[in-house]
Amino acid sequence: MLLVLFWIFAILMLAFGLGVVFLRNPVSSALCLVMSFVALAALFITLDAFFIGVIQILVYAGAVMVLFLFIIMLLNLRDEQARRLNLAAWMGGGLVVAVFLGLLAKVIFTLPGFNFPKPPISRPEISDVAMVGWTLFHKFNLPFQIIGVLLLVATIGVVLLSKRELK
Amino acid sequence: MTLTLAHYLAASGALFTIGLAGVMLRRNIIIIFMCLELMLNAANLSLVAFSRFNLSVEGMPNYSGQVLVFFIITVAAAEVAVGLAIIVALFRARQTTHVEDLDSMKF
Repeated sequence: MLLVLFWIFAILMLAFGLGVVFLRNPVSSALCLVMSFVALAALFITLDAFFIGVIQILVYAGAVMVLFLFIIMLLNLRDEQARRLNLAAWMGGGLVVAVFLGLLAKVIFTLPGFNFPKPPISRPEISDVAMVGWTLFHKFNLPFQIIGVLLLVATIGVVLLSKRELK
Repeated sequence: MTLTLAHYLAASGALFTIGLAGVMLRRNIIIIFMCLELMLNAANLSLVAFSRFNLSVEGMPNYSGQVLVFFIITVAAAEVAVGLAIIVALFRARQTTHVEDLDSMKF
């Protein structure tokens, strides 16, 4: 059952990911990215990470993608017209990607340490959200507060960057 | 055949490769930025998979991995906001989002 769900959502995620790379129109790319993130959130839920799955949909498929679409519409981008392809650059990029994929496949499929099934959780009645919250506030309290400062700095930076001219 | 850690790592690696291909092959700066997000998410998937498959001593998932994913999502949100503001400023100055037209710092 879980295996079938895994294959459905993994194939959806990868197919929409390919759509992001190979579609000409930036708006279609952005919508493909939304669907890819939703499928990824479903994969998180097959891993019993309900909190991360919900956050993924709220933050990525919601906030971040609305920002992307907003900017694409604001800049009024049209379809990319076909340019003269820089063949050397294209071949170089393709070579790097192919070598990376080959290395990754060799590592994942030959190491025996990765080939074990999912162990059962000892106490499945404990809520995943409560445990993530407990870990966040007990083990990672200082990083959590630093992240708060980071968000403030990012907000101020964005306001400064989008001013017409700096004084 | 059961669901193993290698399945999730393979899906994560494939998603990362798609993102890398987009960064290498596309020339529109907004698409490149979207592909960066794909690569960040591929890393998140392998972190959550490792957290679920390597249980802690009490037999619960290793929640430190999921907290790290939470931090990555937060930093990615801040990064998208700043990056898109930079792209808008760039578009105002140059009227283009094509990276081959932005070559004034090229040697």
